[in-house]
Amino acid sequence: MTTFATGARRAVPRVAATLAVLLALWALWELYRWTWIETGWTWPFPVNDTTLPHLHTIFGALGKHTSAGPLLLTVLLKSAWFTAKEAMLGFAGGAIVGFFLAVALVHSRLMQRAFLPYIVASQTIPILAVAPMVVVWLKAGWQSVAVIAAYLTFFPVAINTLRGLQSAEPRAQELMRSYAASPWEVLWKLRVPASLPYVFTALKISATASVVGAIIGELPSSIQDGLGGAILNFNQYYSLDPASLWATNVIAAALGIAFFVAVVIAEKIVVRRAPVPVA
Amino acid sequence: MTDLTKTFPKGHVTALQGIDLQIEPGEFVSLIGPSGCGKSTLLRIIGDLIQPTTGAIEVNGKTPHQARVDHDYGMVFQDSVLFDWRTVAKNVGLPLEMLGWDRARRKSRVEEMLRTVELQGFGDHHPWQLSGGMQMRVAIARALSFEPALLLMDEPFGALDEMTRERLNIELLELWRRMESTIVFVTHSISEAVFLSTRVVVMSPRPGRIAGVVPIDLPQPRTVDTREDPRYFEHVTEVRELLRGVGADQHGSVLAEEMA
Repeated sequence: MTTFATGARRAVPRVAATLAVLLALWALWELYRWTWIETGWTWPFPVNDTTLPHLHTIFGALGKHTSAGPLLLTVLLKSAWFTAKEAMLGFAGGAIVGFFLAVALVHSRLMQRAFLPYIVASQTIPILAVAPMVVVWLKAGWQSVAVIAAYLTFFPVAINTLRGLQSAEPRAQELMRSYAASPWEVLWKLRVPASLPYVFTALKISATASVVGAIIGELPSSIQDGLGGAILNFNQYYSLDPASLWATNVIAAALGIAFFVAVVIAEKIVVRRAPVPVA
Repeated sequence: MTDLTKTFPKGHVTALQGIDLQIEPGEFVSLIGPSGCGKSTLLRIIGDLIQPTTGAIEVNGKTPHQARVDHDYGMVFQDSVLFDWRTVAKNVGLPLEMLGWDRARRKSRVEEMLRTVELQGFGDHHPWQLSGGMQMRVAIARALSFEPALLLMDEPFGALDEMTRERLNIELLELWRRMESTIVFVTHSISEAVFLSTRVVVMSPRPGRIAGVVPIDLPQPRTVDTREDPRYFEHVTEVRELLRGVGADQHGSVLAEEMA
């Protein structure tokens, strides 16, 4: 991916490529459906309108009215917005904690040795095991969901920021030393700017992780207003109405992509670097 | 005023041994020698970037540490070490930020420095948009921005092509005359050392020692014609002979490469 695409002339082939990929995916989906139904193949699973609905049925479901009245799309967008707020708060909190954790750790090898194993261990505990405890501690509510999202966010940010803070080349550090720069100046004028490409790589990972964290976090909190609640709900009616769950997944994916794109845009604004593809 | 004395009765255990050298204010001194002779180490000791094992050294009549804290010297490395995320102007102004200069004062000095190295109009560019030679000029402007009495240069033109190198040599001499600073210059190149310096210090490897000091009495200001001067060739030969003597003990073949 080129980072310096400018002007409409370069935007046109980009849009065309995106559309072509979408079209190809759609064709593949429908071809798979058609082939399996026509041949009666049952491996890995029998294909029918319940297991693999038409794509147009899935997207069409968004435009249908729910039993309560409003369009499914409206309902899901409301849920998505609710989940997005939890995820954003968790993402911001986790990113800040991760960043400053790395800043604290970079100054002491001893601290790194002491803390890193626990930071790593924190991520080997499944989020499904942590979520109920957070709910017990903080009471069910969007705050506990945000904490769960933050739990998934802080780790990649901490690890990558630590790596990034250490990435400044030795000569640059000698240069700062030759200016008798204070540790504070070395941190903010050299280490942090040098770490930004690493930080943004981590933020891209965390952006989508925070959405997943928020959706999963809603389950033990019994929060009905978000995408997690919607998924749980439509899951129960899957055999009757499979398209609704699929449509919910589409919206959840779109939310993840929106988070990712937001980070990419922020990166383009913040990181002024030689045009090397980082993502 | 600059008053630079440094002595290491016994320097770095392996890297430097018995270095004894005095550099006067306004001198242009080159340190030359094969790889491993400790010339860069010596430069870093002057700059207080590393400490000598034993021995005494004074920079500007102070300890190197005090000289560093007082911003008595500017440093230029082989690669320009510009910060990619800063514009050219902000790179040049970096040391001034550390000195606590306000924005307006920094701006006018940076513009002045960019004019000095003939890069006016490039202030808003980013380093990667410039050629290698231009990047090195930015690095020199940055090192001179706070008018240090002493300029330490570690093979600054080593990575550049011959033509750029010769042009920058002449520009550097002009700067040196105008700024009335002292320059200590590490190089691999005999011709560069002779052309630039008032004195060439020839060093020998493992352990690094001073093999000889060659005063260069070529007239100032030096120009492209200096390289045609018979005395220039005499000095080049003199330095080369000294270097050959150094290499003969241990590894003459390595040295032939160095001098090519």
